[in-house]
Amino acid sequence: MNNIFGYQPGKSIIHQLSGGTKLLIFLLLTISGMLSFDVRYLILLMIIAVVGLQVAGIRWRNVSTIVKFVAVFAAMNLLLIYLFAPQYGVKLFHTQTILFGSGRYALTLEQLFYEFIVLAKYFFSLPLALIFLLTTNPSEFAAGLNKIGLSYRISYAVALTLRYIPSVQQEFVMISHAQQARGFDMSSNVPLRQRIKGVFGILMPLVFSSLSKIDEVSRSMDLRRFGKEKKRSWYYEQKFKKQDWWFLLGIVILVMIEILLIKVTGSRFWYPFS
Amino acid sequence: MTLAIKMSDVTFKYDSQSEPTLHHINLNIEQGERVLLSGPSGSGKTTLGQLLNGLIPHAYQGEITGDITINGHNIKDMSIFERSFDIGTVLQDTDTQFVGLTVAEDVAFALENDNVTHNELFSKVQQWAKIMELEELLRVAPQALSGGQKQRVAMAGVLIDDSPILLFDEPLASLDPASGHRMLALLDELQEKYHLTVIMIEHRLEDVLQHRLDRVVVLDRGVVTFDGTPDEILKTQALAQYGLAMPGYLQLLKLAGVSFDGLVNITNPAQITGPDVYDKLQILENSISRQNQTGSPTAESILTIQQLTFKYGKQSLFENIDVTLYEGELVALVGKNGSGKSTLSKLIAGFIKPTAGTMTLAGVGDLSGLPIKARADYIGYVSQNPNEMITQSIIYDEVASGLRLRGMSEEELKPRVYELLKLAGLYGMREWPITVLSYGQKKRLTIIAVLALAPKILILDEPTAGQDYANAQAIMSFVKHLNKQFNTTVMVITHDMSLMLSTTDRALVLVDGQLLADLTPASLLNDPHLVEQADLSITTVYELAQQYGLSNPAALTALIGKG
Repeated sequence: MNNIFGYQPGKSIIHQLSGGTKLLIFLLLTISGMLSFDVRYLILLMIIAVVGLQVAGIRWRNVSTIVKFVAVFAAMNLLLIYLFAPQYGVKLFHTQTILFGSGRYALTLEQLFYEFIVLAKYFFSLPLALIFLLTTNPSEFAAGLNKIGLSYRISYAVALTLRYIPSVQQEFVMISHAQQARGFDMSSNVPLRQRIKGVFGILMPLVFSSLSKIDEVSRSMDLRRFGKEKKRSWYYEQKFKKQDWWFLLGIVILVMIEILLIKVTGSRFWYPFS
Repeated sequence: MTLAIKMSDVTFKYDSQSEPTLHHINLNIEQGERVLLSGPSGSGKTTLGQLLNGLIPHAYQGEITGDITINGHNIKDMSIFERSFDIGTVLQDTDTQFVGLTVAEDVAFALENDNVTHNELFSKVQQWAKIMELEELLRVAPQALSGGQKQRVAMAGVLIDDSPILLFDEPLASLDPASGHRMLALLDELQEKYHLTVIMIEHRLEDVLQHRLDRVVVLDRGVVTFDGTPDEILKTQALAQYGLAMPGYLQLLKLAGVSFDGLVNITNPAQITGPDVYDKLQILENSISRQNQTGSPTAESILTIQQLTFKYGKQSLFENIDVTLYEGELVALVGKNGSGKSTLSKLIAGFIKPTAGTMTLAGVGDLSGLPIKARADYIGYVSQNPNEMITQSIIYDEVASGLRLRGMSEEELKPRVYELLKLAGLYGMREWPITVLSYGQKKRLTIIAVLALAPKILILDEPTAGQDYANAQAIMSFVKHLNKQFNTTVMVITHDMSLMLSTTDRALVLVDGQLLADLTPASLLNDPHLVEQADLSITTVYELAQQYGLSNPAALTALIGKG
């Protein structure tokens, strides 16, 4: 199945970075982008993220479902911000430029600008997350987590979880078919209550069969000495290479740019129209 | 020399049970010995294996009395980790025992946990990948491999430890017959080269005994009931008494009235000889050729599949399959792993839609317009794992749920549910929670839960996988009974050739999306060319027939198949 969401092997320079580097880049860029309300900086991150998607060779069909899902979510978020805090932009930027309407729901330039910033945050963070998830081999990722200090048991548990996402998806489909054949109707032409009942009919077997699999895997791990030593080595451990250092240097520069922008502007909020 | 395994007066009781599972076991295994540990379900053979590899008491608590030493080390002083250096375990279900994301990682897993250097990891993995012929597959996910390849990965992951004792828990359960034989042949080779001690837990004697074994130990209800050579156990003619199936060629010899005492090479059907074998077999063959071949009565067709094509993206799995199923017949669908058996049955059940082609059900017409639920009134599907099917907590409710969801009243459905529960031998337990049922009982429950809808066609996906001989027989005689009583057409997907032979009338052979043959099970198993293409294995009766120049092995096979 091609539409399953998960790690896709590849040969790009991003695939070749070590799991630890990618995790650091992802965390640092996401945090600095979330803290910033400076459009110039966010646009810069957006460009970097989109170029990253291109370089990593990620195809639309692999991510279309999740992108559409996030797009709907983002649109709802923007609408709700307007509904509950229609003048939040005014508060942030200390000016008010009414475009039309009046009263509480008057549309202001400041509000539009603020909502644009929120949208920009989605636009840079989603591609970053996609790049990270689709180019990082779960095993390398576990090795990376372990390298930056997390216990190897937790690191391995994370990798196993990532790995089982596709197989749980497949099993869900299988069970759902078997249950629909029994008569659990989950299509949209039955009342909601019955649909919820139908979904429970799938979840129970799914949970039980997953539990028995977990049991089996953990026994198999015990038999091969998982947890015997304080440390373990990793077959897919990637040594830090020159390119890892270059990328990390780039990230440090980006973070410094943010600090510089805040210094120059005098606050985290930059507003060009005042 | 120290013994590989020494068990003296070992009794074991699980904390969760009131009675011991093993009673006063005395068992010595020497270095380099190859031992088959056999017995029916519940005999304690798996428990014995877990006592050796340390899963007891690590994962399952209980009370052990008596002494066990492994390579001279008393197990009381050893953790499960320490024991794994002496004894390596290959688990039954190769799919769930894979921990690594790729073949390489899975092979390396034990060494990773020992925190060996990266260079050593690589060179050891390379070394064992070469021995096990896995070099090309190192970066592939283990789940994507064929059954035989999976078994080799699992073996490499254990052998990399250099542990001198290997324990196999039902290695043949998930393999097609040809892969099973290849695996056992490879094991013969490795055993010799590395002087391994091999302990194999397995109940499929017919497949195992043709390979090199020194000893057979049979357990029954926690007691050792037989301990001797393969020759000795076969000559007792009393395998059924131990809960084991007698190999086909020996069933035939028994039927012919051959005396087993004088047999030489009794474990090998292609070399077996004895004073009266030739004469008795000739008499048997003459007697069947005089009986007229009774052709099967022409039944009404029930499902007609025409020009069925199925594509996954651009890759096509089936091209223009034509096949007809008849009313009341029992059909086996066989073929090597990954040849499309499951896909075909999902197409018939309507879980997936064909790219082209039609399926017509007698009395209903074209099926393509029916949604899954409506189709289930005519075609029932029972998946391999009963845990995937069960949704209720009480036995009665599980059988009733399909009817309730179709709006049938409680009074109306009650007699039907009772009747089915009685058939499955679960009537007395109808108010009990499903969790108390054994695997075989759960399997019967899922079958009657689907049968409650009175489908015209029933599809069973590997109904006996992982079951011992007695359980598999019980499930299949239940299916046969249902088939007779309701005249339901049954299609069974299976790897188990003796099951196919003893229960079905017709075999469909599917290989790489092509319907290679449509014939009787006996003629399939005696066609060496077809058998090879489908990754099955030739019957031992065929080998025997070759040796004695018998002309009609298929008829002879059919003779023992129908008992």
